Amino acid sequence: MSSFLGSLTGSSGSSSPSSDMTARKEAFKENMRQQMAAESAQELFSTMTDKCFMKCIAKPSTSLSSSEETCLDRCLERYMETFNLVSRVYISRVNKERPV
Amino acid sequence: MSGTIDEATQKELTTFMEAQEAQSRLYKQIHKYTGLCWDKCIPGAPGSQLSNGEQNCVINCVNRFVDTSMFLMKKVESQRDQATFQ
Repeated sequence: MSSFLGSLTGSSGSSSPSSDMTARKEAFKENMRQQMAAESAQELFSTMTDKCFMKCIAKPSTSLSSSEETCLDRCLERYMETFNLVSRVYISRVNKERPV
Repeated sequence: MSGTIDEATQKELTTFMEAQEAQSRLYKQIHKYTGLCWDKCIPGAPGSQLSNGEQNCVINCVNRFVDTSMFLMKKVESQRDQATFQ
């Protein structure tokens, strides 16, 4: 983690040190959040591409046919729908299982 | 040293990172279940929306996977305990 924190302690401007630190801290957190969101989106996209390729492209030919493209469109939407449903169900299950 | 972090900030960021890691683990599970339950519950060509049957299958799929995981965990733990007490 020290390498992450390193970004906080690098060279700084000369404004008031406490507000400067607060700004750096918030920037660091925001950066981490965005990085995580990007990783999650990438994973979703990657898996979805695999699943929809397997489902929609039965016999790869010289180009995507229009029916394959329709299938891919729908597959993308249904995969996102499934992801959202799984998120809701799993999060509520986790909250239920958490020992009180 | 000019760039040191005070203790309160260090604590705050450690807590923040732990929360981020927990969230990351949660998302990994959600990605895994999505793939798994997609394969189990959405056979054939995707329709214009998930049918009721498909939705129920996904809901059951997630819950039964959690059950399966807890069931097997208990089994393995009890076997391990028996082995230790022998």
